[in-house]
Amino acid sequence: MNILKIITEIEKVDPEVYERLDQRRQMFKHFAGFGKKLAVAAVPLAMGAMFQKAYGQTGGLSRQIIDVLNFALRLEYLEFYFYENGLDFSGRTGSALNSGLTGQNRADIVKIYNDERAHVNFLRSVLGSAAIPDLTRDSFDFTGSKGGTRAALFPDVFSNVGTFLAVAQALEDTGVRAYKGGAPLLISNNTILEAALNIHSVEARHASHLRTMRRGGPQAEPGDPSNAGSTPQSWISGNDNGGPAPAATAAVYGAGNPASLYPSEANVIQGGLNVQNISQVSPNEASEAFDEPLDMGTVLAIAGNFTR
Amino acid sequence: MEIINNFHHLIQIVMSHISHKSSEAENAQEEVMVPLQRRAFLRYSGAGVALSGLVLAGCTDDRLNDIFKQVDRNSGVVNVGSGDVGILNYAYALEQLEAAFYAKVTQEQFYLNATRAERIILKDLADHEKIHSDFLYAAIKAAGAIPIKKLTPDFSSVNFASRASVLGTAKAFEDLGVAAYNGAGKLISNPAYLTIAGKIVSVEARHAALIRDLLQNGTFVGPDVVDPTTGLEKSKSPAEVAAIANTFLAQGSKIDVSSLPRD
Repeated sequence: MNILKIITEIEKVDPEVYERLDQRRQMFKHFAGFGKKLAVAAVPLAMGAMFQKAYGQTGGLSRQIIDVLNFALRLEYLEFYFYENGLDFSGRTGSALNSGLTGQNRADIVKIYNDERAHVNFLRSVLGSAAIPDLTRDSFDFTGSKGGTRAALFPDVFSNVGTFLAVAQALEDTGVRAYKGGAPLLISNNTILEAALNIHSVEARHASHLRTMRRGGPQAEPGDPSNAGSTPQSWISGNDNGGPAPAATAAVYGAGNPASLYPSEANVIQGGLNVQNISQVSPNEASEAFDEPLDMGTVLAIAGNFTR
Repeated sequence: MEIINNFHHLIQIVMSHISHKSSEAENAQEEVMVPLQRRAFLRYSGAGVALSGLVLAGCTDDRLNDIFKQVDRNSGVVNVGSGDVGILNYAYALEQLEAAFYAKVTQEQFYLNATRAERIILKDLADHEKIHSDFLYAAIKAAGAIPIKKLTPDFSSVNFASRASVLGTAKAFEDLGVAAYNGAGKLISNPAYLTIAGKIVSVEARHAALIRDLLQNGTFVGPDVVDPTTGLEKSKSPAEVAAIANTFLAQGSKIDVSSLPRD
């Protein structure tokens, strides 16, 4: 009985065997789990279950991975159509913002728009036939009035650059939290996990730049985060005083569900350790050094503000 | 976990004896760690003598041996170790480097003609990176493992009086940090550690974007770091990262990541 020899042999006909076995080290974890409890003779049985799990998935992706990627795709559509409207690329909105968003600001928003479009295309290509349908621009209402059924949260989102950038920041900060919350659910597939992390950090770069834009560019002095209404830093300090429009954006920086796993951005306890005490820093500094994940339900509730 | 904790307790006892005998306690620590890790793994695998004999007797696979590759004891490099703790120590090495860099930037009273915004930002970055470094040290200990030693940086290639040199180095470190965490995420087994890495990497990405914008506004997602066709940031493997990081680390503090998981 030579487990590794068997797998090496399988690898000759199926080079992706390690991927299917949700990675070599995971395999060792499987062994770790039963090694003590079962006799060595039982190893082949447990291995069979392992292979079945790896190969039994339809289309190669597990249900959980499909769900997380479609969740991500939903958010990417939200961002994509938001920027498309703001830039009036469709020519349909007759967006007044088109004139307000000029020069460097406009060029930077185009860069972000291009990334979001690439993310949509990338996720669709990974999901294939398992991808949700295009959500289409008409499914969104970025004023937050839910198609006129309630008072608008951001009535001038496409006519006031300040409002547009505030909503953009909230969407990007939400995206960062969403990917961070989703990553552990992708741990069984290295390729997908890495791609998700590669999107996650791009969303963080977008968020940083939008925050920098909102305070007047890189040479503008960041505001004092202890003062509500101050200009933003390029990172999240405490709960960011509820964000750019606290009545509508506090949830972006607040706790998720359950709060023990998805604390607010003001959290200073990491891995059970109080980083504020360890480094003898202020609560704001301790919270700035770590971003927090958010659960799917809370993210979808935030996104729901912008659907009809 | 109990086995691991007991095991590390044992190592600590062994090492405290060694430190009495040797003036090079830190080197001794590394030497003791390496052969024992192999045994630790086998005990952790829970299979005991029978299964470990089974696995190893038939081990024709080079990659398994690579995982346990022994350090060249004379090279004076710092091996970050294997498994999840190895990844944490790898991150700890990078955060130490960043923290040391920004600490020196602030100690040197910044470069000539640094603007107020630049001073505020660099001070914040110094705080954040020190927090990351302090935290990882504590987290590795809390996991019952042993953090790598305090690394000695070599910033001789940096002109701390020059804005271009300081911000250029900051950009290199921040982009490197993001690429490193992005490349290491898939090597982590424990989802809790993956989440912690995720909490740190997005802050590094926020730093990277701002430093880039300070150097040239609008370069926050430059094509050198984000593939424009996929919108995905480019990862770097531990080996690629170590090669760059080691150019900023002194002899005796260069890191060896060859025992980390490969895939």
